[in-house]
Amino acid sequence: MKILVCISVVPDTTTKVKFIDGKEFDKAGVQWIINPWDELALTRALELKEASAGKIEKITVVNVGAVEAEATIRKALAMGADEAIRINTTAKDTFSVAGEISEAIKDQGFDVIFSGIESSDFNGVGVGGMIAEILDIQSVSAVSGIDFADDVFKVKRDIDGGFEMLEVKAPFVATVQKGIAIDPRIPNMRGIMMAKKKPLNVVESANCEPLSEYVQYEMPKPKPPVKLVENAAELVNVLHNEAKML
Amino acid sequence: MILIYTQNWDGKFKKLSYELVSYGAAIAKQMNTEVVALSIGNVANNELQSLGKYGASKVVSVNDPNLSVVDNKIYAKTISEAVNKYNAKVILFANNNEGKAIAPRISAKFKAALITGVGKLPKSVEPFVICKKVYTGKASVDVKVNSDIKVLTLFQNSFGVVEAPVDAEIETLELTIDTPTIKVIEQSKSTGKVLLNDAEIVVSGGRGMKSGDNWAGIEQLAEILNGGTACSRPVSDEGWRPHGEHVGQTGKIIAPNVYFALGISGAIQHLGGVSNSKCIVAINTDKEAPIFEAADYGIIGDVHKILPELIEEVKKLKS
Repeated sequence: MKILVCISVVPDTTTKVKFIDGKEFDKAGVQWIINPWDELALTRALELKEASAGKIEKITVVNVGAVEAEATIRKALAMGADEAIRINTTAKDTFSVAGEISEAIKDQGFDVIFSGIESSDFNGVGVGGMIAEILDIQSVSAVSGIDFADDVFKVKRDIDGGFEMLEVKAPFVATVQKGIAIDPRIPNMRGIMMAKKKPLNVVESANCEPLSEYVQYEMPKPKPPVKLVENAAELVNVLHNEAKML
Repeated sequence: MILIYTQNWDGKFKKLSYELVSYGAAIAKQMNTEVVALSIGNVANNELQSLGKYGASKVVSVNDPNLSVVDNKIYAKTISEAVNKYNAKVILFANNNEGKAIAPRISAKFKAALITGVGKLPKSVEPFVICKKVYTGKASVDVKVNSDIKVLTLFQNSFGVVEAPVDAEIETLELTIDTPTIKVIEQSKSTGKVLLNDAEIVVSGGRGMKSGDNWAGIEQLAEILNGGTACSRPVSDEGWRPHGEHVGQTGKIIAPNVYFALGISGAIQHLGGVSNSKCIVAINTDKEAPIFEAADYGIIGDVHKILPELIEEVKKLKS
């Protein structure tokens, strides 16, 4: 069995975002990381492989990005992924990213494709579901747990108002969220050394056209200062009479 | 046509579907077209009719035993039949688990741009330009959509429910539905509890609550206010509360009317998840805590002392 984990490279979550003339994201001084959900997905994929007694043979990561993304992709290899694919183009919109990944991997026979439930930059949520539709395979979303036993995947998904445990047959796409793993795996020194020798294959873009474009960024308007009150009675009073929220 | 994917719970629609129809009706007005609401499952006629109150001139119902499991592939195929039949140009989903699961498949099927987490009406429909939050609420962007068909997911509680009554024509769609390929072996639904995404008022606790054993007050306040409960990341990481309650950059993004941040310092990642709230109330001992920069109202003080008083005051107000 082979697992693919889609990773996007995003600004560190503590980044104070800035834009150049409202037209493009200001990359100056930004630290780049693996999208937090993708990192958890990779962590769980590695755990599944280790517990599978050889049944899961290989974990591949794929990224759509320019050469600058390679340092972050190497981190995924250092965490334990066996190989990486970088599709050589910049990500334009969710649809084009899903199209690029589908085109690059369609003949590689992945059994499970992991994708984070969203990316912390554009907060697009669609890559996993779109890949599933393009490849015409099953997809399970909001996955907060996954196990592999007796050749069946047991998948926990959050539904609106609870959860379900599912049995899902490969191939499928799992769009994962927090809970699938709690903490991302931290690469150790050996992993970092080995990562340098692992394959990072660069494939050319299939030139998938985006369907949308970002025309103008805006920062939120500054908020008026907080109104401090002395006690609970006053708080309820202002929420009821002034804010009209209670 | 604007097609709305509604969701029902045991045959009943909730506010979320009424809000979706309201939002769809407003876009339909901009585009000079009408709203078709799609309902999947066993929903009584009078319940289907209720969607007309918010502007759905047609309600299409599909019911089949094979749809009792939400198999994303089959659901997407079912919805796509309706898209084709009614020549839908805009397809609306809620920005919740089910919406986010199915919308991308519809987007790929029709090569229709997917814009997730919208909250306001399009700035223009020709060309179609709509604003969405990016970087987890730290900024917003105007997106120009170039595809003929558009798929949008709406942040719950961002547009509101607006009455625009029309007579809804009910139609039953007979389709051949495939057998699901996923199997549900266990299902757990929390009954009676207000869902975090649905909640108009959210009471949330952070590390300042000191222990998971101190949550009774938070639950009680939420209950009196008919609200939901949430927490910050350290709280769910410590296992004090389930991960489903974690709001913030790597958790849920919510937009309630009132967000009570109790003992939450307000790290930038946390604020990203709650900054769309209409009113933020903070209680914290540390007057330098960043939560006070995001808050509308606040008390500097010990949450363990203030929360019981707050519960009593809210009780007085409600009685």
